[in-house]
Amino acid sequence: MIPELGHFALIVALLVAIIQSVLPMIGAARRDRALMGVAVTAARAQFGLVALAFGCLAWSFATSDFSVANVAANSNTHLPLHFRLAATWGSHEGSLLLWSMMLAGWGFAVTVFSRNLPQVLRARVLAVLGMIAIGFLLFLLTTSDPFTRLFPAPPEGRDLNSLLQDPGMVAHPPMLYMGYVGFSVAFAFAIAALIGGRLDAAWARWSRPWTTVAWSFLTVGIALGSVWAYYTLGWGGWWFWDPVENASFMPWLAGTALIHSLAVTEKRGAFRSWTVLLAIVAFSLSLIGTFLVRSGVLTSVHAFAIDPARGLYILAFLAIVIGGSLTLYAVRAGAVGAGGDFAPVSRESLLLGNNVLLVVALVSVLLGTLYPLFVDALAAGKISVGPPYFNTVFYPLMAPLLFLVGVGPVAAWRRAPIPELWTRLRWAAGIAVVTAALVPVAMGRWKPLVALGMLLSAWIAAATLSSLVHRLRHAPQRGLTAKLRANAPAWYGMLLAHLGVAVFVTGVTLVKGYEVERDVRLDVGQSVVVAGDTYTFRGVAAVPGPNYDAIVATIDMTRADRHVTTLHPQKRTFRSSGQVITEASIERGIGGDHYVSLGEPITGSGASGAWAVRIYVKPFVDWIWGGCLLMALGGFTAVADRRYRLARARRSEPAAALVAPT
Amino acid sequence: MTLKSLRWLIPIAVFAVIAAFLYVGLFRDPREVPSPLIGKPAPAFSLAELHAPDRRLSPSDMRGQVWLLNVWASWCVSCREEHPLLVALAKTGIVPIVGLDYKDKPGDGRAWLTDNGNPYRTSVMDSDGRTGIDWGVYGVPETYVVDRAGIIRYKQIGPLTEQTLKQTILPLVRRLQAS
Repeated sequence: MIPELGHFALIVALLVAIIQSVLPMIGAARRDRALMGVAVTAARAQFGLVALAFGCLAWSFATSDFSVANVAANSNTHLPLHFRLAATWGSHEGSLLLWSMMLAGWGFAVTVFSRNLPQVLRARVLAVLGMIAIGFLLFLLTTSDPFTRLFPAPPEGRDLNSLLQDPGMVAHPPMLYMGYVGFSVAFAFAIAALIGGRLDAAWARWSRPWTTVAWSFLTVGIALGSVWAYYTLGWGGWWFWDPVENASFMPWLAGTALIHSLAVTEKRGAFRSWTVLLAIVAFSLSLIGTFLVRSGVLTSVHAFAIDPARGLYILAFLAIVIGGSLTLYAVRAGAVGAGGDFAPVSRESLLLGNNVLLVVALVSVLLGTLYPLFVDALAAGKISVGPPYFNTVFYPLMAPLLFLVGVGPVAAWRRAPIPELWTRLRWAAGIAVVTAALVPVAMGRWKPLVALGMLLSAWIAAATLSSLVHRLRHAPQRGLTAKLRANAPAWYGMLLAHLGVAVFVTGVTLVKGYEVERDVRLDVGQSVVVAGDTYTFRGVAAVPGPNYDAIVATIDMTRADRHVTTLHPQKRTFRSSGQVITEASIERGIGGDHYVSLGEPITGSGASGAWAVRIYVKPFVDWIWGGCLLMALGGFTAVADRRYRLARARRSEPAAALVAPT
Repeated sequence: MTLKSLRWLIPIAVFAVIAAFLYVGLFRDPREVPSPLIGKPAPAFSLAELHAPDRRLSPSDMRGQVWLLNVWASWCVSCREEHPLLVALAKTGIVPIVGLDYKDKPGDGRAWLTDNGNPYRTSVMDSDGRTGIDWGVYGVPETYVVDRAGIIRYKQIGPLTEQTLKQTILPLVRRLQAS
């Protein structure tokens, strides 16, 4: 009964989505308030219906209703409750339902937070979101019904893929999807503005918070995926340039570029046609990412069900959404006109540099991801593109970008004379050079690339902090609290995000430069010294888990004869599938991780045998994810800015801001 | 339409090209590739062994038996997918598997095998990928079936699956061993 209710809710949601996309569009064209008003009701109803459907599926998983094919294929009575719930989005069908629910949720948020938008714009934005919803709901109902029944119901389910039975599965996909899907709002604003022919500063201001929130979620989602891979895959890597990782990274790059170009469009009215294109591209890449993951055109660790009918459907959908919006762009963008002038060195030009570098990076990642497909489609053979390509292409692009992160916030709009910039930044430059010289020495080994990485991260951190000091010192208010209050949250958000970049770069640089990896054979009682710490193998024990049997090793870690910690790396064999998963044991610390993972038994399989053990020392590795969190936190802080609420209270601003000042 | 206004069409043109490729890609199996080397003698190499770099192995050492050459690397994500199948196959002892550790660092390769199990009778290091070129390696992983006379009989691109292993490779191996 419950699954049927969910199925029915999806059908009604589809009908509502059709209403949501058609009536408000007509209303907006005719300036008919009643028809435009339908948008809000429909968007809210749609969210209620899709959430109901999602709840029904989650219920079926929670109660282990194996008469639902999707539950039988992806769950098991021995699975703990939180994983049964996470299994709701563990399958192709379920993750699409999650996608649809997030989309409806974003639409709902638009109805709540954009009450003061001009009605025409809001009606169009919600209508565009409705059109996207139609595509996804149709996809669910026609090719990927999550509620299909199975008769007779099997007594036991097949179980969730053991790799997915991890706390990461609970948090990573929802966060990632929040980001992916969130770009749909910026996209809808762009399309609505193109239809209306008004790409003004007000449009940019309204789009900014939505873009920033989506981007922040995406940042968290990607970071969570990276942490997850780090401790489960058992080899201590945190980024693999896998096609599916790239699929989430490309919208992130486009979103980062979009955030920065929106700033220019809002403040200076420049880059308008470029900004609108980026908004379209960011969401298009989210859709293409979905296509790549779902259709099986590329091989990847994330390969889901491979079904050409589904691939064909998504491709047709892509062609309509992306092709349609780019056609609209081609027709309308030419009429947008240019923005304000700016000098060759100015905040505008620096942000332009940021955009160029990010887009080139994006294109190189896109090329690397799709290249195997291109070559194959041309029947020129099969190739795979691995980390060597991405590392060679990507890092050189990032170095100038990171340099710009330090300069951009300090530069004035329109014109930023270099001597003035130098006066503002010379301290930061000095600190950066000293840090670059000292850190590699302090870490024990001089490495030019480490020096470069530290130069850039110290440069960003010092330049960011110096802008804070500069502002506070020159604020007219008295007292630190008053001075701090004088600046907008958006500005603090930017500082925080840029500091996050510095933290991230520090982590990447030091891990790449100084990680120690040792593979050793350890007998019971035997010790090994890695990077100054002694690891003593105390043997293994069999420990049953809820739905797996684990072999848990005990390894004591001591430093200078003092006991630091006891590590318990595991190998889990899942009963239902027989799949073996390595769970590393990690002693985390701000200065680095000590990472121990259990390999294969070498002699005998009993408690007395010798085992292969991998011991890693990863200096400052947690800074990588800490940096990502800071970036996301910066994004969330920026959105709290009063300016956005005030902007909503005012009506669409006259185009005054667009007139080029002379 | 003036030339200048054509530039607004660039994005849609780029997308059209990508979409066309995606469309073609849908109907191609990324794992199926014909090889010009099938029916030809296995290209010679003499490479240092991964676990004993002072020893070398060449295809002629395998003469007289049917064997598999599996191209793998520690950086290869899809290799993880097929690896349990190889480990299981090695345990049966039906056919010896030689690993070609492709463009990999020896330490990484050894560590990877320690973690994931070592199904290989021997693995050899193709650090610069030269041998991979001779064998027509398009990407990792790949698996070749070589017969007693050293002729390549079959090539699998991409990860092995239970299906290809049971329905194609093992029957072929048995036939070659019987002949």
